Amino acid sequence: MPTGGRHGVRLLRAGDLVGRFLLAILLTYLGLLAVTFFIGRVIPIDPVLAIVGDRAPEHVIARVREELGLNKPLWEQFGIYVMKVLQGDFGRSVLTSNPVMQDIRRAFPATLELATLGTIIGAGLGVPLGVWAAVRRGRLPDQVVRVMGLIGYSAPIFWLGLMALVVFYARLGWVAGPGRIDIVYEYTLTPVTGLLLLDTAMAGEWQAFGNVLSHLILPASLLGYFSLAYISRMTRSFMLNELGQEYVVAARAKGLSETRIIWRHALRNAMVPLVTVIALSYAGLLEGSVLTETVFAWPGLGLYITNSLQNADMNAVLGGTIIVGSIFIGLNLLSDLLYRILDPRTRAR
Amino acid sequence: MNNTTLPLVRRLLGAALLATLAAGAGPSAAATPKDTLVIAWAIDDIITMDPAESFEISAGEIMGNAYDRLIRFDVSDPSRLIGDTAKSWTVSPDGKTYSFELKDGLKFASGNPLTAEDVAFSLQRAVLLDKTPAFILTQFGFTKDNVKDKIRQTGRLTLQLETDKAYAPTFVLNCLTANVAAIVDKKLVLSKEANGDLGYGWLKTSYAGSGPLKIREWRANEILALERNDNYYGEKSKLPRVIYRHVKEAATQRLLLEKGDVDIARNLTPQDLAAVATNKDIRTTSTPKGTVYYFSLNQKNPTLAKPEVREALKWLVDYAAIGDTLIKNIGVVHQNFLPVGLLGASTENPYKLDVEKAKALLAKAGVPNGFKVTMDVRTVQPVQGIAEAVQQTAKRAGIDIEILPGDGKQTLTKYRARQHDLYIGQWGADYWDPHTNADTFARNPDNADDAKSKPLAWRNAWAIPELTKKTDAAVLERDAGKRKAMYEEIQAEFRRTSPFVMLYQQTEVAAFRSDVQGLKLGPTSDTTYMFRVSKS
Repeated sequence: MPTGGRHGVRLLRAGDLVGRFLLAILLTYLGLLAVTFFIGRVIPIDPVLAIVGDRAPEHVIARVREELGLNKPLWEQFGIYVMKVLQGDFGRSVLTSNPVMQDIRRAFPATLELATLGTIIGAGLGVPLGVWAAVRRGRLPDQVVRVMGLIGYSAPIFWLGLMALVVFYARLGWVAGPGRIDIVYEYTLTPVTGLLLLDTAMAGEWQAFGNVLSHLILPASLLGYFSLAYISRMTRSFMLNELGQEYVVAARAKGLSETRIIWRHALRNAMVPLVTVIALSYAGLLEGSVLTETVFAWPGLGLYITNSLQNADMNAVLGGTIIVGSIFIGLNLLSDLLYRILDPRTRAR
Repeated sequence: MNNTTLPLVRRLLGAALLATLAAGAGPSAAATPKDTLVIAWAIDDIITMDPAESFEISAGEIMGNAYDRLIRFDVSDPSRLIGDTAKSWTVSPDGKTYSFELKDGLKFASGNPLTAEDVAFSLQRAVLLDKTPAFILTQFGFTKDNVKDKIRQTGRLTLQLETDKAYAPTFVLNCLTANVAAIVDKKLVLSKEANGDLGYGWLKTSYAGSGPLKIREWRANEILALERNDNYYGEKSKLPRVIYRHVKEAATQRLLLEKGDVDIARNLTPQDLAAVATNKDIRTTSTPKGTVYYFSLNQKNPTLAKPEVREALKWLVDYAAIGDTLIKNIGVVHQNFLPVGLLGASTENPYKLDVEKAKALLAKAGVPNGFKVTMDVRTVQPVQGIAEAVQQTAKRAGIDIEILPGDGKQTLTKYRARQHDLYIGQWGADYWDPHTNADTFARNPDNADDAKSKPLAWRNAWAIPELTKKTDAAVLERDAGKRKAMYEEIQAEFRRTSPFVMLYQQTEVAAFRSDVQGLKLGPTSDTTYMFRVSKS
């Protein structure tokens, strides 16, 4: 009986925790939606214009305004929106005439594919480069990595994207051009996941797979380069911090090899904050990079949300915000989880 | 870790290298398929595929290729009307009844026969749905209540339209060439009807037409695919497929074109056009469009309302310099509200940069030292460049223009609320008749803030009861010669007194690969016919 009671208390506490956690997430979403909604409504753009255009007679404008519920008070409009979202109805985009979630199901995989490959490139190269720079601090490798990072940080992505296209697509012909896939394959492929690499691979269409990869590699490398610039700088500073710690001195005194100290001990400890850096940089790419998507004619999330915002297409903007919010919340949770795995101290309780 | 991490990095690097090589070996230098015409164009303005609602530029072109109507105008001579589905038409002596007889044996892409029932239904449907372009039809007195009587089928292949007044027949017939008068497949559309919406919800993203090309798929902001309609009554589309790719960025379009990944690029800038001019694989074609650019003076601003100030600003624009640089290849200086090509369009351009004359006018207006105003400007070219050019020349007469940059919809929202000082913008003809522009530039029946109709003259608070009467009279003049003279007179007065500084008429340019044949841009968006294009 006492054991059972204790068990019950523990369950209660766990339930309490989960409840609080869910409440926090709910409040985060609500806040996110409220802020986006009210910003969307105070920007000086008339949402009716996007639907009826500049030429519509006054009575049509008035009718559409009423259909959209825009003549109701802001709070009421927001309430109606939230109620509908809770029932799973995110509304329709007025620009594309599609349900918002259908649009996002199409735009998001394009961005996901790009961001994932970009992050793999960025982290895969950025971390080793950062370690290298830290170890050779002040010497040539450090300077090289610093300059690379600086260029990645300061060059306008728009310009860099165009230059990359001119060189690798137009001049050298190494990669395919803007767009996700050649027109030849456009109607031979039935999208399942929307991730074209996956879709072509599952269908066994290897030629199409090569084509998709060839379209993907340049924008992904570009995004990868930008996250590399950031990740390598952060890796360098975390590593420098670790390399100055006493345990490193102790390890050296113990006679461990330098490589073992760097990769096994120091990097392992630097990995903990680094995971957050990589996760946030990934989340940033998942939001969609408007400029990259513009240059590469990539029908992704960034372009979708921006275009919707410029037309005050609020259902689409709010739907996109929910997705982006979920990505940030999800990746934050994931990096919390990885913390626990990487850092034994956080596992203690 | 020593033993595992480094190889991992090496493996990753190796994989990245391999991937790059593999990509290089892929079919990257591919040209477009021989049976498909690929067009790069900014098509994010499209919001619907329903001809009763569609009113955007790129959607117009799609409708022109995919839907038939009663009559069309001849692309090579826009003043001439030709039958599309109509075999013949007559106007009654009192000028109020229009009778049409259709060609026999027409079919929709669905296979359903196309009869007068479909035509009457389509016109009634546009009036009943009452979306943005419906005014093109309702201006003849059709309303939701009377349209079923006023537009009626009289036989299997015959129908009649009855207007409320005896309008100029050219006016009525010209309006029937517009997209809103396109013919939809009654049987198909009604089979998709939900809650009495006349198939509106379904047709937004679907197709129910009879044109030479049918709409296969529209993925907003991504792609729009057309396919040959084998049921088409006339000459079939030369190519089985036409695909529009949404490419927003001009530089990207140019790369795709140079590389041969698209056949036609539609949004090249003057700089891009100059660059591709030297490429022997690329040619260009251009045509004057029904769109005019202007900046206007809000008459609610007491300084701008002075007649001398209005005139002074017309003398403070360096038209020649703008024509030679900012709008080279994409526009021609034009100081009238009717674009060349429309009945009665004037080609007189009396204004040029004359700072002294402007100064004298400003002195006469009581502002010899100039004044300060703001100008709302969209941050797109060439509009922004022109605004900056005007800013410089106006400064020479002491007028200090502060440019307020904004997004398109943002500046437009402000303009429509009459809250601007100066606004720079453009106006495209809604249908191929002079009334379309006269109605907005030279007509303002009610200048009150809560007016029912809010044309451009209203947006600039320009009260013009006399000019409004003249414009109203021109639309009822049944003698085409007299009607033309009336528009010339209205334009002359407009040039002298209006608060609109007319700048130029747009020229649309398309650059295309040299194996593309038969591409001709039409004067309106719905007369660029891709079904006539072939590839060698």
